[in-house]
Amino acid sequence: MIANGKKIDLERNLSLQEFLDGMGYGLSEVAVEKNGAVVPKNSFETVMICDDDTLEIVRFVGGG
Amino acid sequence: MKNAMPNRDELESVMAARHTPEAHGKIKAARVAVAGLGGLGSHIAVSLARLGVGEMLLVDHDAVELNNINRQNYFIPHLEMKKTGAMKSQLTDINPYINIKTVDAYITEDNASDIFDGYDIVCEAFDNPESKTVLVSTLLSKLPNVKIVAASGLAGFGSSNDIKTRAALSRLYICGDETSAAETGRGLMSPRVMICAGHQANMVLRLILGIEEA
Repeated sequence: MIANGKKIDLERNLSLQEFLDGMGYGLSEVAVEKNGAVVPKNSFETVMICDDDTLEIVRFVGGG
Repeated sequence: MKNAMPNRDELESVMAARHTPEAHGKIKAARVAVAGLGGLGSHIAVSLARLGVGEMLLVDHDAVELNNINRQNYFIPHLEMKKTGAMKSQLTDINPYINIKTVDAYITEDNASDIFDGYDIVCEAFDNPESKTVLVSTLLSKLPNVKIVAASGLAGFGSSNDIKTRAALSRLYICGDETSAAETGRGLMSPRVMICAGHQANMVLRLILGIEEA
């Protein structure tokens, strides 16, 4: 799969939440697009990631 | 004559001359929302009013406090006023002929799409990262045509040149350096906040003029 332009080998299919946890992202601080479609925040646990997927992950830091 | 209120036609012709009639027409027809009226949002709103954006929605739930004045576009006489009211009165002084709506609300997954529905472009100008992601994720998933110009990473006094605008997701632009969080020892300071707000306002202008490239 590809995340933010980098190729990553998945050992198994996993939920988006598991993937983000494993990559060290805070779940409440990211917006994610999977294969060009935005993933609603309440679907992070149920949306599955497989080796064909492309993710774009945007992390927001505080300040405004 | 000093302090004479310009009439609508006078102001229109001056702005059309400055911005070109074609650009002015597009800007005047635009509907833009500003979510959060702090350091970013207050400067974005002022810039959009100076451009002559025809319809603006201002959303915030806070009042002006003394510790805002170091970077937010408010003045001592605005202290304790609702930011929506304090900002609307400034924008009206810049251009009395633009249509400004205000909503005093804290944005959640439940109210976001109702409040921002009907606006082509939304500026995300919140402070805390959770609020930023709630707004962005909710609007992108529920409003299929909205474009969002958001901010991430503008605290401190790092190089101005690290602040960029990029197309991050299909309908999401991010302005900032994407790393400089506000934290102890790295506060929010006027210059970088204004630079980032300028990036956001210019991306809004580009979208209004039909340019989607960051």
